[in-house]
Amino acid sequence: MGTIATTTGPASAPSRVQVLLRRMRDGDEIAHLITMIFGASILLVTAALVYELWIHSADTRAAFGWKFLVTSTWDPINGIFGAWPYIYGTLVTTAVALVIAVPLGLGAAIFLSELAPPKVSSSLSFVIDLLAAVPSVIYGVLAIFLLEPLMRSTIQPFLKHTLGFLPLFTGPAYGFGFLTAGIVLAIMVVPFIISVSREVLMAVPQDQREASLGLGATKWETTYKVVVGYARTGILGSVFLSMARALGETMAVTMVIGNVPKVSASLFSPGYSIAAVIANEFAEASAGLHLSALIELGLVLFLLTFILNGIARVMIVATSRRGAGASR
Amino acid sequence: MSLRIIWRKTVNVIMLSLTGLCALVTVSALFLILGCLAWKGATSLHWSFFTNLPAPVGETGGGIANAIVGTGKLLMLAALIGIPVGLLGAVYLAEFAGATSAFFVRYATDLLNGVPSIVIGIFAYTVVVIPMHHFSALAGGFALGVMMVPVILRSCEEFLRNVPRSLREGAMAVGASKWKTIATVVIPAASSGILTAILLSLARVAGETAPLVFTAFGNQFWPHGLNQPTAALPVVIYNYALSPYDDWHRQAWAAGLVLILLVVVTNLLTRLLLQRQAMARR
Repeated sequence: MGTIATTTGPASAPSRVQVLLRRMRDGDEIAHLITMIFGASILLVTAALVYELWIHSADTRAAFGWKFLVTSTWDPINGIFGAWPYIYGTLVTTAVALVIAVPLGLGAAIFLSELAPPKVSSSLSFVIDLLAAVPSVIYGVLAIFLLEPLMRSTIQPFLKHTLGFLPLFTGPAYGFGFLTAGIVLAIMVVPFIISVSREVLMAVPQDQREASLGLGATKWETTYKVVVGYARTGILGSVFLSMARALGETMAVTMVIGNVPKVSASLFSPGYSIAAVIANEFAEASAGLHLSALIELGLVLFLLTFILNGIARVMIVATSRRGAGASR
Repeated sequence: MSLRIIWRKTVNVIMLSLTGLCALVTVSALFLILGCLAWKGATSLHWSFFTNLPAPVGETGGGIANAIVGTGKLLMLAALIGIPVGLLGAVYLAEFAGATSAFFVRYATDLLNGVPSIVIGIFAYTVVVIPMHHFSALAGGFALGVMMVPVILRSCEEFLRNVPRSLREGAMAVGASKWKTIATVVIPAASSGILTAILLSLARVAGETAPLVFTAFGNQFWPHGLNQPTAALPVVIYNYALSPYDDWHRQAWAAGLVLILLVVVTNLLTRLLLQRQAMARR
């Protein structure tokens, strides 16, 4: 045994080198290396993005610490920065958007996956994909010229008249503000809710529906209690996904939110959002601390979307796996 | 029929029609958008709108020629980054990568895909604008390129994986090396998918405004060279829509119509491409 090992050892070593040399000549190793470099460059860019955000926001992090997030004074001239009004505006507009978009999107997704014939469903899905492809600045143009006058003249007075006892719907109707921005955001994120929810709903095994219908449940009871119940984690995932989209949305919000750093309980009030203040002030922020504050806001936005996207992905994958596993 | 069954059937019909209504509302939003843009923008689409520079402030007329050229330039720069990195990264994931490295690359790609576009703009600012000390087409193109990479990569990977195993085995059996198989069999077989991925990613970044406002910045004149600030279609729409001049509002509508036509036509084109491919497969 030992002799065989010693004789094959030196004999196999050059052959391994030969194999490698041959593969080098064929180009396989080189192709592997080149594509790997491009693959690795994506890792590098992502790491660089986080690093740059972290390094360039060091000044404000050192100067204000956590107080940056909870104080409300934003004074570039005297170098005092508190981001609470922007964070508040981002959260409020996102919440308004989800309150409108989730029922609308879920309803449409149910229609597309459960009721519509496959052909209709696929062409409607294409239309919805197109809606997702509309650039955000176009939504902004429509919102500023059409939705804003409509809000000022009709919708806001109507809400004030009927629901004015709630603090949400008080104050003068300017047209722009949290509510208008939230409505625009809702239209923008609905396609994401629909396309992800539709996929998750379609992954629910057919026998679940058949069993429920066979027990005498109506179509709606089957859909609501069985199918949606089965897919609820994935649907929640689509909600988180669209929440991440809404948080980072910039142009359309900037154009209709009013750009006033104000914390107000009324949805009619003008406000500001993280993305909007970055878009408006970044180009003229010359002083180091101002720039650093805006970049820290970018970091906050990045972390929020990072966390939400992570949760969403886990939920969607878990539901699809469950569907695929059960149907086998 | 008992009262309870009538009630359940009524709820059934009401709720199911409500879901239909939801779908109808969403779908009609697209047609509303297209209709409004066509109605408000079409009257301003003259030949001079595409060939003239913007008029000085206060004068009516003028066009967006520099913005169209600028968007073209930015897309070219973005494609120079996005296509090689996205496509070769996809080849790596689909053909070469081991489980661990594939996980990390895929994770980074998904992460990059979820980053808000304005944050990508900040990244391009710190990496390109700060060292160069001024706004430039290069910075804008870099930002758009970074945005293109994840979009191209994930869909190309899927198209490459969908190429039947038998094709690869056939090529290998007649003695082709792995990379030759990939270059001459797998990529051509997935070519129409790859093309649609590239077209869709270009259409997506063509409409991006947020990463350009402080990288490419904008320009009222013809830019000279790639290291100058450059006008771009979406940024012009944004600036004109927020301006106080009626004539600029009119031009914002018209430019919006041009942009949306670009996006819709690209999407329709890719859908036709994919359908034709699916038909050929059958």
